[in-house]
Formats: sequence, C-alpha cells, structure tokens
Amino acid sequence: MVAAPEPRPLVWVDRVSKHFGEGEARVDALREVSIDIYPGQVVALLGPSGSGKTTLLNVIGCILDPSSGSMELDGEKVLESGHWTRSNLRQLRLDKIGFIFQAHNLIPFLDATDNVALVLQLAGADATTARSRAMELLDYLEVGHRRSAMPAKLSGGEAQRVAIARALANRPRIILADEPTAALDSKRAGIVMDLLRKVAVDQEAAIIAVTHDEKIFDRFDRIFSLRDGRLDEGGAVTS
Amino acid sequence: MNLAYRDIRHSLGRFLLTCVGLGLLLGVVLAMIGIYRGLVVDALTIARAPAVDLWVVEANTRGPFAEASRIPGDIREAVARMADVTAAGSITYQTVEIEHGGDKLRLYVIGYELTRPGGPPQIAEGREIARSHYEMVADKSAGLTLGDRIRLGRHVFTVVGLTRHQVNSGGDPAVYITLPDAQKLQFDLAPPAARVELARGTGGSSRDTVNAVVARLHANASPEAVADTVHRWKHLSAITQEAQEFILTRSLVDRARRQIGLFTSLLLVVSAVIIALIIYTMTMEKLKQIATLKLIGAPDRTIIGMIVQQALALGFIGFAIGAALIVNIKDYFPRRVVLEPDNVMILGLIVFAVCLVASGLGVRAALKVDPATALGG
Repeated sequence: MVAAPEPRPLVWVDRVSKHFGEGEARVDALREVSIDIYPGQVVALLGPSGSGKTTLLNVIGCILDPSSGSMELDGEKVLESGHWTRSNLRQLRLDKIGFIFQAHNLIPFLDATDNVALVLQLAGADATTARSRAMELLDYLEVGHRRSAMPAKLSGGEAQRVAIARALANRPRIILADEPTAALDSKRAGIVMDLLRKVAVDQEAAIIAVTHDEKIFDRFDRIFSLRDGRLDEGGAVTS
Repeated sequence: MNLAYRDIRHSLGRFLLTCVGLGLLLGVVLAMIGIYRGLVVDALTIARAPAVDLWVVEANTRGPFAEASRIPGDIREAVARMADVTAAGSITYQTVEIEHGGDKLRLYVIGYELTRPGGPPQIAEGREIARSHYEMVADKSAGLTLGDRIRLGRHVFTVVGLTRHQVNSGGDPAVYITLPDAQKLQFDLAPPAARVELARGTGGSSRDTVNAVVARLHANASPEAVADTVHRWKHLSAITQEAQEFILTRSLVDRARRQIGLFTSLLLVVSAVIIALIIYTMTMEKLKQIATLKLIGAPDRTIIGMIVQQALALGFIGFAIGAALIVNIKDYFPRRVVLEPDNVMILGLIVFAVCLVASGLGVRAALKVDPATALGG
C-alpha cells in the first residue's frame, strides 16, 4: 500500500523578518516568522495593534519587501534570502493572490459587474468573457441581483460580497483578507465567513484573514497570534 | 475597459463644470490673442486700404500715421509724372468727434480724390461717392446706415455707402469723403478766426494742403529707388508700403501690442498652472483607488492611461468650449477680434502640451502611491 503524498502548502513562509529604520530607531515588525498554510484552510492572524499582522499580510501579498527569509506561493519560490525572485510582482499578485479589504475598496466609478470584470480584463480576458465570468461570480456569491449597481448604492454586506467576487475573479488560490468583517454586523459577518469557507473548499484555496472580530473566531481552521513580530499558533479551532 | 471614460461618466456633471470653467479661461486667452491680432490688423487696415506702393510725406517725418505730415496738394502732380509711377492720389487723415443719435461718435475721416488711389477698398453696401461734395462712405462699425445725414464741421454729409472693417489703429471707424471736403474740414478756420486772419492780411493763404500723396508703381519698379528719387529731387520723405507697415506695427501700436502680448503670455501661464492644478487634484482624489488598482495587479500603463486620457479630455473639451464661445461672441467686442486658424491651432497645441505636462505631475504622484495603502494599517 502506497502512502498518500503529503500535500504541498499553498503558502510557505520561512524565517521572514522585516525591520523598519536602523540603529536606535530600528523597529522589528517581523522576527523570523515561519508559517505554512494548506489548501482549504481558513486562517486567522490575531494580535494587538502594531504587532505586525498587516506587515505579514503585506509581505505574503508581495507588497512589502522583507528584510530576510524565503517564501513560496502556490508552489512557486517567490522570495529567496530576502530577495524577490520575480521582477513583476504586480503580475504575480494578479495571477496568484486575491485581496479582500476592510472597507471593500470597490472602484466607485465601476458597477458591481465591472469591478469584478476589471481584474479579469487586466489578466487578459476579453470584455465579453470577463463580464460573463463576473456575473457568474456575483450569482455564486448571491449578489447577482445587484450586478448593475454602483458601489455607493450597495449595502455593506453586498459591497463586501462584490469585493470577494473581485478577489476570486482570477481563481487565485491564495486570498488575503484585511478585517473582512469589520464593517459588518454579526449576521452579515457570519455570511461572509461562510462564503470564504465555501471558496476555500470549492477552489482548494488558502485564506488568510487579519481580524479582531471575536464573534467569527470559531469560523477559522487555525488561529495565529502575533506579538512584537513573533508568531505563535493558537491551535486548531475546528476539526 | 476604459477607466478614464468610466470615471468621467460617473461624475459627468462635475467634469463638465470643470471643463466649462477651463473653457472660459481658455476663451479669455483666445480673446486676448484675437484682440492682439486685431490690433495689428486694425493698424495695417488703413495703410493697406489704398493698395499703393509708396507714401510721399513731409520731409524728415514718418507720416502720415506715426507723425503729422503736411505737404502742398500739387505734389501729387509732380509725383504722378515720375518714372515708374502709374497713379498717384492726395490723401488727408483726421479724427473728429461728433454727436449722433445722442451719443458721441469718434470718426477717422479720410479725404481722397475720387478717381485716384486712396478711396475705400470695397463697398459692402450702397455705392461709392459720386458727387464732389457732401457724400460719405462710412464703416459699418460706426453704426451708421445708408441715407444717414451726419454733420461734419459746417456741412451735412449723406452716407451713400458702407465698408466693412475699415478702422484706424485706435479702433475708430473710418469715413471717406472727397478731398476738397476733407481739406475744408481740416484746414478751414471757424468764421471768427477766419475774420481775424483776414484782418491781419494772412487769410488768403492756400488751403490746398494734404497729409500725404500715395503712389502706385509699375509691377517691376523698385519702390526703394522711387523713394530715393523723391527724397533727392523733391525734398520730401517717401516711405515704401513695407516700411509704412513696419512703422505702424513696430512704432505706432508697439506698446499696446507688447502690453497685450505680455498679458496674453501671463494668462497662458496662469491657464497652464490652473490646468496642472485641476489634473493634479483629480489624481490626488483617486489615490486610494489607484492604490487598489495597483494592489489587484493593474499595470502602470493602465493607471497612466487613465490620468493622461482624462487630462487630454479636459483640455480638449475645455478648449472646444472656449473656442466656440469666442467664435460666437467675437463680433460683439468693441474692437476687432481676429482669430486666425493658425493662432487657434497653436493655442490648441499649447493646451495639449500643457495637459500632457500637467498629467505628468499626476502620473508622478500616482506612480509613487504604495499599493499597501489600499490595505490600511
């Protein structure tokens, strides 16, 4: 009998450090942080303000240059000894990572469909294909009836679901969420978390969310806490 | 997906209002350019009207426009007899102010010999002067109509013809009357003064004086050579048409021309600064969206395209509004506004360049935006 192969982590972070400033002004935002997250996992990053959670999210999102460490995203080595292996990090983000923001950050002059279709068109899809896939996603996230609405006309929950649709548009397997439920009441926060879980399972994606929202802690598979730039795993919450 | 167009469509009212504001500003710039050109054209109009090659004026003067000039009327015959001269005519110029319809009216009175050079170049309405006395051809800008009766000096003149765009360098409309009438108007003394002169025994002097004699030359004649001959043998000054135009533009209206030119340049600079500020502000208002676009993977060219297209749209629409405005109201200006296609095109190119440079400032700010700002924290 042959043993099943070990699954590869979608996000593999190895001893990543990040400091700002030098000398007496030096601040160590991340200290040799290591983490590996597997397909289907929904992970929470907790920690007090200034603990380094957003810094870690920015490094995994290839927005911030780390000082040292290595990282693999979806099987591709993207960081080697503190240096990016790719020059076009924006394309890397477009291909592999979806972002969900605290305040949804939809483009105010595009309707719901075009907010989602934009990401697809940036990745090279033609307008018809992009709009068709965008509408599919909006239907999947149960906000299809608002496809022509401008962001200003959407409720908080609807806007966040459109933002999730946008994050999923290019079928990324890594989704980074910054306080995705902060602007929502507990009922809508629960709906959004259920949707993210569904995405993680359906698309075998890894979802990493920075959150302070205690009412959704039970929706995460793993919870990590950051304090003074050091990461500790709080243990599995669900089976 | 054209982001620039979508953004404009989303806040169309605001964008169009900005365009109207810019359009008004560019309209003022165009008007100033038109006034500047109009000043030069006006200055040359009267000098070009007789379509001559040579101006014979009082010795050592640069008359009759830049300086006063008085010469005997019989000089015309002497000039007409010179080699290479095909036609010559005596002319007088003077400015009068009359009352008409309850308003003051300044007129530039030109006296000419009916069958000789110096008359109105084209009659727009009515006819040329046909009688020796008391008829006039007036420019339309004077507000006179055919059949109007105008008192000039001690005589009443009837308007028999109208011209268009015949004004002097000060913008006063020209009226043409016969040379004898003009000489009476200019040189006749008022009756009391004439009686005093007569009592002194000096009242009988000839009034056959003119301001200049104009001459047309053979096609292959050299105006400079004829001018030199006049100067040497007739003891008068002679100015070629080219030199006369140079005197008018470089001397007579030079200060006004430079004043308007400088003001126009300042307006252009102000417009450029305002365009730059508008575009920069438009970009700064979108920094969060630009950060989001960068974060989700939009390449720089998409962001640059959005800013540059909006800047050019703003410039183009603003310029079109300004040009349309001035083209439609230019005839209501008290002085001539001359908008030549090349001037309009050059301003259009300047606006295009300013928009490109201004969008460069916006692009610079946009490219500096850290995508992490979209995430916050």
